[in-house]
Amino acid sequence: MNFILSIIVSSLAVVILVLIPWIGVGALDLKVIFGVLVPYAAMATFFVGIVVRVIDWGRSPVPFRIPTTAGQQWSFPWIKSSPIDNPKGTLGVVVRMIFEVLLFRSLFRNTRLEYRRASDGTPSVNYEWEKWLWLAALVFHYSFFVIFLRHFRFFMEPVPGFVKLLESLDGFMQMGVLPLNGFGLPGVYLTDMLLMLAVTYLFLRRLYVSQTRYISLPADYFPLFLILGLGFTGILMRYFIRVDITAVKQLAVGLFKFNPTVPDGIGVIFYIHLFLISALIAYFPFSKLMHFAGIFLSPTRNLSNNSRFKRHINPWNYPVKVHTYEEYEDDFREAMVEAGIPVEKES
Amino acid sequence: MAKVTTPKPKELSNIEHSPPLMKGWMNTPAEIRPGIYCYASKPKNLEVLGMPYPKEWNPEDDDWKLPENWKEIIEKGFKDRLDRFRSFKLFMDICVRCGACADKCHFFIGSGDPKNMPVLRAELIRSVYRKKFTKGGKIFGKFAGARELTEDVLKEWWYYLYQCTECRRCSVFCPYGIDTAEVTIIGRELTNLLGLNIDWIAAPAANCFRTGNHLGIQPHAYKDMLDFFVDEIEDVTGVRVDYSLNRKGAEILFVTPSGDVFADPGTYTAMGYLMLFHYLQSQGLDITWSTYASEGGNFGYFTSHETAKRLNAKMYAEAKRLGVKYIIGGECGHMWRVLNQYMDTFNGPADFLEEPVSPITGTKFENAKSTKMIHLVEFTADLIKHNKLKLDPSRNDHLKVTLHDSCNTARGMGFLEEPRYVINSVCNNFYEMPPNTIREQTFCCGSGAGLNAGEDMELRMRGGLPRANAVRHVNEKYGVNMLACICAIDRAALPTLMDYWVPEVQVTGVHEMVANALVLEGEKERTTDLRGNPLAGMEEEEDV
Repeated sequence: MNFILSIIVSSLAVVILVLIPWIGVGALDLKVIFGVLVPYAAMATFFVGIVVRVIDWGRSPVPFRIPTTAGQQWSFPWIKSSPIDNPKGTLGVVVRMIFEVLLFRSLFRNTRLEYRRASDGTPSVNYEWEKWLWLAALVFHYSFFVIFLRHFRFFMEPVPGFVKLLESLDGFMQMGVLPLNGFGLPGVYLTDMLLMLAVTYLFLRRLYVSQTRYISLPADYFPLFLILGLGFTGILMRYFIRVDITAVKQLAVGLFKFNPTVPDGIGVIFYIHLFLISALIAYFPFSKLMHFAGIFLSPTRNLSNNSRFKRHINPWNYPVKVHTYEEYEDDFREAMVEAGIPVEKES
Repeated sequence: MAKVTTPKPKELSNIEHSPPLMKGWMNTPAEIRPGIYCYASKPKNLEVLGMPYPKEWNPEDDDWKLPENWKEIIEKGFKDRLDRFRSFKLFMDICVRCGACADKCHFFIGSGDPKNMPVLRAELIRSVYRKKFTKGGKIFGKFAGARELTEDVLKEWWYYLYQCTECRRCSVFCPYGIDTAEVTIIGRELTNLLGLNIDWIAAPAANCFRTGNHLGIQPHAYKDMLDFFVDEIEDVTGVRVDYSLNRKGAEILFVTPSGDVFADPGTYTAMGYLMLFHYLQSQGLDITWSTYASEGGNFGYFTSHETAKRLNAKMYAEAKRLGVKYIIGGECGHMWRVLNQYMDTFNGPADFLEEPVSPITGTKFENAKSTKMIHLVEFTADLIKHNKLKLDPSRNDHLKVTLHDSCNTARGMGFLEEPRYVINSVCNNFYEMPPNTIREQTFCCGSGAGLNAGEDMELRMRGGLPRANAVRHVNEKYGVNMLACICAIDRAALPTLMDYWVPEVQVTGVHEMVANALVLEGEKERTTDLRGNPLAGMEEEEDV
C-alpha cells in the first residue's frame, strides 16, 4: 500500500465518522443514541479495553532484566555514574520514567542523518539538530491535555477553580498581546491553535520525510485526521457555528452524573464533535494509541541495571541440556594428559 | 555458490536513503543478495545442539526445505514467545512509527535499504502478528498493516533478521524504549524452529558446546597457543611469564573470548592478560585459565535464549568444579551483555562463589556481588587507581588512540568510563570520536551478533560505515592511528573495516596497551611493542 492509498483510506474513514452523526441526528433525529448511548458505549470500551490490554501485557512476565543503559553504570565511588540514564535502583527508574513520560527524554535525543558523498566518492555521515518532532509531540500532547481539562467546564457545576485558572492562562491572548490582539474573536485559546498546528505538522512530517512516508500505515494517518476533525469541529463550535452552551452543559453534566438528559436545541455540529471523540476513545485500546500505557511497562526503560548485584528471577526458567565437564574430559582426556593439563580421572 | 565480490568504497558509498515513493514495502519481496546474506547453517552443526530440522539448504534457492507444517510451528512459537516475553508483546503493540529510529541504524545508514530501518525490521514481524493475533488485523487486513505469513514473508524475515547486529542503538532513541534487538533475538528464535540459522552462528555455537569455545580449539591446542604467547612475550620483554590452566584451588577463574587466543590482533590482548596476571602474582593474585570454560562470548545468544543459557552454563560449572572464589571476564562485548543481563538469571544463583574482592587492593566489587563476575577492565582500573601497577605510558607514544565503545557494553551495561580511565593511564594520546558516535550512542562495528563472516563482506562494510566515518574524522583531525576496543568481535571485525575505509588505522584491545606500558620486574629495555613495532624514539635502533 502506498501513502496516497493510506491517506485516502484513513481520511475516508474519518469522513464516514462525520457523516454518521450528521445523518443520525440531522436527518433521523436519533439524539438519544448519539447523545447518550454512543458516548457511554465509547467510554465503556475505552476503560474496559485499556484494562484488558494492560492486564494482558502484564500476564506476560519479564524474564530478563534488559534496561537500555544510556549512561555510566554504578561501579566505583570514584567513577561518576548516571543515576537516571543507567539507574541502579527504584528511585533512578522513577526519575527516568518521569522524564520519559512527561518530557519525552528519549525523543529529545533525536538527530537527523545528513549523508553526503564527495566527488571522489568519500562518504560523510553527519547528524544534524532535529528537535522538531520532539517539540511537536510535546506541544500536541500537552495541548490535548489542557483542552481536555478545560472541558471540565462542561461536565461540572460549579466550574472548578483549576479550570478557570487554566482558561485564563490559556486565553491570555484574548486580552491582546502585541502584536496579536485575539484576532477579534472571543476567548482565543492558545492550546486550540497549538493543537491544530502540532497535529498538522505531525501529518505533514509523515509525508515530507521520505522514511516516515514509507513506513506510515493508515493506522498512523487515521488518528491524526480524527483529532484534526475533532479540533476543527470544536473550533467551529466555539468561534463560528455557536451552539446552545447551556443545553450542551445540561447534557454533559447529565452524562457525567449518570443521569442523562437530552435537551433540545443543540446543533448537529455538537453531535459530530461528540461522535468523533467517542470514536477516538473507543478506538484507543485497539490501536497504537496504547503507547501511553505501554511506556510504563517498557522493560528497557522501567528496570534498573542491577542484575549483577541482585538476582533477577525468570519465572519460566527451565533446566537445559548442557555439555558437562565430565563429558568434555571424556572427549579430550588423552590429549589433556599428554599436554600436562590437570584432569579429574587419569583414564 | 558464485564468487562474491565486494564493491569498492567509492561505489559502495553511493547510497540512496529515500525509499521508493509509490511502491509500498508490503508489495516488495526481499531480494536475497550475495554479499549481504550469510551462508545457511550446516546440518551437522544444528545436530550437535539438537536443534530442529537440520538440513542442507541454500538461501538463494526457491525451496528452503521447510517442514510441511511450518506455519503452525511459527504460529505456535510466536504465541509461546508472546506469553513468555512482555517485551515482545509490548513491542508488537505500541510502536507509533514516528521514525525516530529510522536513520539511527548503521545498516540503514550504510545500505539505504528501507527494511533496515529498525521500525520496518520490526514491522516485518508485526504485520504477521497483527494478522494472527489482533482483531483489527484479522478484519481489516492490509489496511490495518496486517499480512499473511507466506514463504516470501518468512524469507524476508530471515534475510533482515540476519542483517541486524542487536546493537540496541535504536532503543536509545525510541520514545517507548522499543528495542529492535529484542525483536531480532526472538525473531531469530522463530527461524531456528525451522532449522534456518546461518552457519557463522551455528558452527561456533556447536563448537562451543563440544570443545568449550567457538573456534573449536581443543584443550591441548589451547595450551599450545598460550605457550606460544609466553615465548612471544619473552622475546619482547625478556621475562618468561607464568600461567595455569584448569587448576583447582585457584582463587579466581579467568574467562575470555577464544578469539583472543586465536587471531591477531586479539592475541596481543591475550598476551596483555598473561603479562598483567604474571605481574600481579607477587602481589597475591591467584588466577587460572580454563580449557572447558574457554569461551567468554556466546553465539548461542544469537540463536535463542535457550542456547545462550546452555553455553553460558559452563562458566559457573567450571568455577564450581575448580573451587574458585569468583570469576574475572576478559574484554568482550556480547559476552558482557549476557553476563550483566542474563547470566545470573539463566544459571544462578552462584551461591558457591564469594563476593569479588580484589586480592591486591582489597576493593569490594559491590556491583557484582550477585553474579560474582567482574570485568577485567574494572579490575585493572581499580589497580591503577590504587597505584598498584608500575606503568610507563610513553611506551604507547607511537600510538594515537581513540576508543570504540562496543554496543553491548555501552547499551547493555553502561561500561563507559572504566576503559577510558585505563586507556588514559597507559597512553598519552587519547582522542574521542564525535559525541553522536560514542558512549550510549556508539555505532556498531557492523559485524556483531554473528554476522562477522566472509561471505557477507558487503553488508559488513556497509554496516561499519558510520563507525569508520567517525574514525576517519579523528584520523584526519588528530592523526589517530589506533582504534581501541574492549570486544573480541571488534578485534576480529574492525581491522577489515579499517582496511576498507580508513587503512591508516589499526585495532587494539585495551590490555594490549596496558601490557605495553606495564613495567615488569626484571624486564629488558623494550624497543618494540608487543606487535614488534618500534616504540617512539626507538625506530633507529630497530633498523640496526
